[in-house]
Amino acid sequence: MKKLIIALAATAAVLGGFAGSASAQEKKKICFIYVGSKTDGGWTQAHDIGRQALQKALDDKIETPFLESVPEGPDAERAIERMARSGCALIYTTSFGFMDATVKVAAKFPNVKFEHATGFKAAENLATYNSRFYEGRYIQGQIAAKMSKKGVAGYIASFPIPEVVMGINAFELGAKSVNPEFKLKVVWANTWFDPGKEADAAKALIDQGVDILTQHTDTTAPMQVAAERGIVAFGQASDMIAAGPKTQLTAIVDTWGAYYIKRTKAVLDGSWKSEQIWDGLKDGILTMAPYTNMPDDVKAMAEETEAKIKSGELHPFTGPINKQDGSEWLKAGEKAEDGVLLGMNFYIEGVDDKLPK
Amino acid sequence: MFEAILLTVITASTPLVIAALGELVTERSGVLNLGVEGMMIMGAVAAFATAQLTGSAYLGILGGIVGGGIFSLLFGFLTLTLVANQVATGLALTILGLGLSGQIGEAFVGMPGVRLQPIVIPLLSDIPFFGRVLFSQDLIFYMSVALVFGISWFLFKSRAGLKMRAIGDSHGSAHALGINVVRTRYLAVLFGGACAGLAGAQLSLVYTPQWVENMTAGRGWIALALVVFASWRPLRVLAGGYLFGAVGIGQLHAQLLAQSGGIAIPSQLLSALPYVATIVVLIIISHNRRTTLINTPASLGKPFVPDR
Repeated sequence: MKKLIIALAATAAVLGGFAGSASAQEKKKICFIYVGSKTDGGWTQAHDIGRQALQKALDDKIETPFLESVPEGPDAERAIERMARSGCALIYTTSFGFMDATVKVAAKFPNVKFEHATGFKAAENLATYNSRFYEGRYIQGQIAAKMSKKGVAGYIASFPIPEVVMGINAFELGAKSVNPEFKLKVVWANTWFDPGKEADAAKALIDQGVDILTQHTDTTAPMQVAAERGIVAFGQASDMIAAGPKTQLTAIVDTWGAYYIKRTKAVLDGSWKSEQIWDGLKDGILTMAPYTNMPDDVKAMAEETEAKIKSGELHPFTGPINKQDGSEWLKAGEKAEDGVLLGMNFYIEGVDDKLPK
Repeated sequence: MFEAILLTVITASTPLVIAALGELVTERSGVLNLGVEGMMIMGAVAAFATAQLTGSAYLGILGGIVGGGIFSLLFGFLTLTLVANQVATGLALTILGLGLSGQIGEAFVGMPGVRLQPIVIPLLSDIPFFGRVLFSQDLIFYMSVALVFGISWFLFKSRAGLKMRAIGDSHGSAHALGINVVRTRYLAVLFGGACAGLAGAQLSLVYTPQWVENMTAGRGWIALALVVFASWRPLRVLAGGYLFGAVGIGQLHAQLLAQSGGIAIPSQLLSALPYVATIVVLIIISHNRRTTLINTPASLGKPFVPDR
């Protein structure tokens, strides 16, 4: 209900403001579908900041209605279709779970452009875009190995999809590059968004002896628990320093704005093509929050790794890497192919968890 | 470690118990309010906002109770005065609450919350183990325990409770006996709303002291299930609430223990355990039809128009 009202209000406000002027007719609608609320402090908020940057950059040419808190599943298809019918030129569906719904609606509306975040199914009018979050997680792993006294970190995971498994592996690889014995404990919360449950998972990990936390869920609740229990943690998707001023080491901050502007311009000038885009630190689609609450030498190491990843000198998934069962995955010097990473369904050595199938 | 786990279980179970107790009283009077989730989230935002603006978590608790209570009166007006359909109104209340709380709370997103501090009870808290677990808790936990026994006494030992149950079982007969059905139901709805608000306050002041939209994340629905699960008995609500909480926390630890033991238990299955438990208990209690019928308020959800 609220989603609808907001979308209508946003549309009405824009239309109303320009009623009578010719530009109202020419304004293109660039639409967004969010899985969470736009103020979740994490994933969806990062997308909404990107949307606001887009609106600001191209204010005289576009309007950017959005629907928030759209559940993954059948509702998503209806929401996307409603957007498509309302005359959107380009629709961003910003959660992995919207993939199949987006594919279906894209097939029905060949003249509307779609871009789906973090998925792997594309079409003539459906592009995918993703961020190499694993680059940031590798840096986090290195920091964790330096900062953890016990040599074991806790990882609050959401769902066993390739994106999350890849993040876990990248974190462990980074940690092992500093301390080969480093262990990672994983808890599956089976939710993206439930502050209580995320806090419970954080407490469970701490009670089981980890002294550093990282999360692949959307709220700041784990950061808050880490702060209460006096350990350090990493933020996710947005800078979470407000929830743990003395707790957050750094955060992977999604900065979608530049990407949204680039692609929207392509729609406006007609040069848009369906692509499968996977940008990283060097493209500015993700940035690291300031390195805080750590000694200078750890900070220097993190900055150096970040620079090496940006320059292309370092690829986190470079062999030799063994799978969890000890069998060889990558030979020395061999780099993982993007396709393998995007479909990752196995752990590397050192992860203290059995991957849910 | 066991003690730490137990403390986590208490934190996770308390909001379920409180919200379910409130709904139990509402339903015992014959009114089915499916808006628990909405009243709970309104309580959460009201409590957080009050605590932020006054700097006092105790005023925050009051804010949560008042917020949930006022919101429930909207339901009362629609279903008791205007005799609207209770199921539809309850669902609308949830949707409205989720949206409205998001609007109210927008200014408070990302603010560090005011945490409700525990009250350590002298002497009792010195008892080994139990002292720290049970007598070094925050006010809302103590209130939840008091509510369980208070409501038990009210429903089954007091005259007013007897009248209320009579209304819940047959509002026509109660009306004929001169009991004011609508007024009693208003009070029961208000009490249910206040409890849901208190449960919401626990979320935004104790469980995760912050405000995030939709932060109840379905706990209101679990509370509703708990009432049926407990077959409308307060003590069973307490037991059921703690069972749900314990299974939820236990599955997280089970994951970690299974990992270090090298066993693969699908985490999705573990996450589903509380719901499996509900179904099992529902099967068990519905097996004995007579006791189920005795406890179920017979007028539950039926509209009442005084002069008919």
